Amino acid sequence: MSSDNILELHGLKKHFKVNGAFGRGKTVVKAVDGIDLVVGRGETVGLVGESGCGKTTVGRTVMKIYEPTEGKIIFDGVDITDLKRRDMKAYRSKMQMIFQDPFSSLNPRHTVGTIIEAAYIIHKTEPVGGRSKAIQELLERVGLNPEHVNRFPHEFSGGQRQRIGIARALALTPKLIVADEPVSALDVSIQAQVVNLLDDLQKELGLSYLFVAHDLSVVQHISDRVVVMYLGKIMEIATTTELFANPRHPYTKALLSAVPIPDPIIERQRERIILTGDLPSPANPPAGCVFSTRCWKVQDRCVSEAPIPVQISPNHTLACHFPEPAGQA
Amino acid sequence: MSKFLEVKNLSVSFPTEDGLVKASNDVSYSVDRGETLAIVGESGSGKSVSNLAIMGLHNAAIAQISGSAWLNLPDGPVDVISAPAEQVRRLRGKVMSMIFQDPMSSLHPYYSVGNQIAEAWSLYNDGSKRDGMARAAEMLDLVGIPSAKDRVKDFPHQFSGGMRQRVMIAMALVNNPSLLIADEPTTALDVTVQSQILKLIQEIQKEFNMAVILITHDLGVVAEVADRVCVMYGGKIVENAGIDEIFYKSQHPYTIGLLDSIPRVDKLGSHRLKAIPGQPPSLIGLPTGCAFAPRCEFVSEVAGSQCTTQDPELAEKTSDHFARCFLQPEQISTLTGRKASAK
Amino acid sequence: MLKYISRRLLYTVILLLLVSLSIFYIFDLIPVDPARLICSKQCTTALVEANRHRLGLDVSVFEQWWRFIQGLFHGRNYGEGGIKDIYCGAPSFGYSFNRHACVSTVMAAAFPITLSLTIGAFVLWLSVGISLGILAARKKGKFADRASTAFVLIGTSLPTFITGIMVVLFIVLKFHLVNPLELGNWQNPFTNPLGWLRTFFFPCATLAIAYAATYTRFTRSNILEISSEDYIRTARAKGLSEKVILRKHTLRAALAPIVTIAGLDFAGLLGGAIITEGIFSLSGLGRLSIKAVTQTYDLPIIVATTLVGSTFVVVMNLIVDVAYAYIDPRVRTA
Repeated sequence: MSSDNILELHGLKKHFKVNGAFGRGKTVVKAVDGIDLVVGRGETVGLVGESGCGKTTVGRTVMKIYEPTEGKIIFDGVDITDLKRRDMKAYRSKMQMIFQDPFSSLNPRHTVGTIIEAAYIIHKTEPVGGRSKAIQELLERVGLNPEHVNRFPHEFSGGQRQRIGIARALALTPKLIVADEPVSALDVSIQAQVVNLLDDLQKELGLSYLFVAHDLSVVQHISDRVVVMYLGKIMEIATTTELFANPRHPYTKALLSAVPIPDPIIERQRERIILTGDLPSPANPPAGCVFSTRCWKVQDRCVSEAPIPVQISPNHTLACHFPEPAGQA
Repeated sequence: MSKFLEVKNLSVSFPTEDGLVKASNDVSYSVDRGETLAIVGESGSGKSVSNLAIMGLHNAAIAQISGSAWLNLPDGPVDVISAPAEQVRRLRGKVMSMIFQDPMSSLHPYYSVGNQIAEAWSLYNDGSKRDGMARAAEMLDLVGIPSAKDRVKDFPHQFSGGMRQRVMIAMALVNNPSLLIADEPTTALDVTVQSQILKLIQEIQKEFNMAVILITHDLGVVAEVADRVCVMYGGKIVENAGIDEIFYKSQHPYTIGLLDSIPRVDKLGSHRLKAIPGQPPSLIGLPTGCAFAPRCEFVSEVAGSQCTTQDPELAEKTSDHFARCFLQPEQISTLTGRKASAK
Repeated sequence: MLKYISRRLLYTVILLLLVSLSIFYIFDLIPVDPARLICSKQCTTALVEANRHRLGLDVSVFEQWWRFIQGLFHGRNYGEGGIKDIYCGAPSFGYSFNRHACVSTVMAAAFPITLSLTIGAFVLWLSVGISLGILAARKKGKFADRASTAFVLIGTSLPTFITGIMVVLFIVLKFHLVNPLELGNWQNPFTNPLGWLRTFFFPCATLAIAYAATYTRFTRSNILEISSEDYIRTARAKGLSEKVILRKHTLRAALAPIVTIAGLDFAGLLGGAIITEGIFSLSGLGRLSIKAVTQTYDLPIIVATTLVGSTFVVVMNLIVDVAYAYIDPRVRTA
């Protein structure tokens, strides 16, 4: 059935070795510690979690910016886990990345045209109708004036720069786009423009997105399915409607309840679950369930035994010994 | 009865090579003790600038500041804009305090957190260094840092982001100020930590009966903590009203557009977001007319292209609800389909 | 921390051994044969071979190096097969047949000159550079800032051999501030501080000018950079006075990186300030080594001065790293 999925991750791990100061031993940071995840064709999978949960590392490992420590990455039915740089090239054009910071991810000395054209040069492709025509079409498609092809990134606003980043990613007609916090650096009124653009492009081009973000409101809006990560592990996966209406993992529940809702009356009536403490360091994760140190339902079993993700219904997977009862928002 | 802080016609401009940046333009607001005023705006809207002026934190050699900001102190009101710099300095950290967005870069990396809090305390209190450290430990405990006594000697980098912001709050409150200005205090923090910090600020506000000004871009945070809201756009206040008025009976197309453009976790379904087209204005050489006019969907509703020729006044539209728009409340409610009486 | 320091010390020793070994190999590659150089006019192959044996150059380079290292710890006899045995006690850096003296003795005479010159210059450039930098930063854009910028430009662009010659010209020959006969005489600063000052002040100043200019620029830009840090704004928001902010908050952070640079600059000069020593005819390590290279090709001297110079740099690197950890808690406790 792998042909249904554009991307499959099986037991993916990415560990970083970090040297301590003054030669104080090496530590291993388990940024991603064994995750299973699929992205269907034309699907948007949202990957959420707080800083240090490993969501960005997942995105970068999928792109093979990082070499995975363990596990398998299957892209479009092909195992790309161990492909070398040169062999990856053929697949790189089919998977592209959009970055968080539209200010630092575009070379300030290159014009918009050069930035997009680089994709064609690197992959030695000649789009139908020639490069300059293709570039102009791309700019138009992402809502920029095609006449601005000779301008430099600093001449654009943050939102427009993010559009340039999207145009660059689209140049090689990818199948999968890994979007790493694509709207979190943008102003509120601009965020909606970019989110809508990503929506439209998906409909027109049949793209699949792996949408990495910390903002649950945006993820809820754009995703078909949502994956909640905490300290390198998956806590819960469900379709968006299911996850937001019926969160079963205590962490998901706390996360949802922490998101402020721009509605004062609802806010006044809301019961908040306020987690105590901070995220533990991924270099030294708690034994057993990684969430056990902050969970209000913690029991002995949680500390001794790590829960494994179990599919509890066709559209819901959960890693918790003592989940919240179903049917509660 | 005047409120604790009364800001009147405060303008702050910075001359640059490209022209005069009118960062804050004729801004007026007030906040009383026990009250939380949220100042909302996007980057470049000038939401921090007027508050930095109140604190006296602009470079006097560069910033051009006019208007007034009166603090109604027990021994008589003081205008912190026209008062001598030295007098304003003696109010900082004692009567008014400020916390900032990035708690890592806002703490000195070379001094222990206890040392930094004690330094603020000893400015206005007589006591030994040891008294200062004891007071620092007390404050750290108050803001919820576990085993505070052992942690006073730790350095900022040994704390997590949320804990650092707690340290900042402890430092700001060490001399029991009457006014706390919080500039995007939770923007750099994770959402579960954000709710901890917001709760802490609310509790401490109640305990010390402080006036709080919360500067933020996040309308969700506003809904959670504010009593009153000023919405800023292009360096000006475009709307100023009580919290419910802003969220349910907004009288300005920008506020309405902003509320419509944000996705909400409690509203399921993949409706299309209603984005505000275009870009926020540059604060240099603002065009004549309403700064929001180029992005406003209702421009055509106002007779005689008034929006692009004339800047509307900040007028009282309904009782204690001010907005900078030519449209009248009835027109707004017809155009947005909102019922002005609902909720 | 102790563990770290001892490990770094071990690395330092290994590094110095490697440095010394490579010095021996490098000088072996140079196509000058010391054995032939000291050979008289009627030079025969046998004579050259005898010389070579006497100089200790008839064994492999590695063997030469090993003998040298042993000599450092035990002392050594030199001049094998010669008329008489010459002994240099530990630490023996070799024997200069050219000067007919143990290298350690020659260097012991030269080192105080270089050391006092370097310390004098160091104190001068640090005090002048840092205070000018602070002044320039505080009066940014004003006259004092511009004047210091002019000093920086002149100081960094004038090479020492020009400033040195100008100093000699004006101070010694034109204004007679120093007796030219006294120039270059070694005076012990402890027994005769005034005499030392008379001979060493101007060389120190000459050496210090370029450094002082660099440090002025460095201090100024660091202060300005730190002044715009968020934590300085926090200090201001606390109600601290500008004086306290500068003294306690800005300078502490702005001057920390100077420790690194100053340490390495100091160590670099300890190996000898060739040009300054030359101009003021001070017989320090710099003049010693340049003479050994250009005039006499005195291999033992060259090897020893090179090794001592690199030792200062390597050891100072370690000191600077440890010192920095004490200044910056982020390094210490990370």
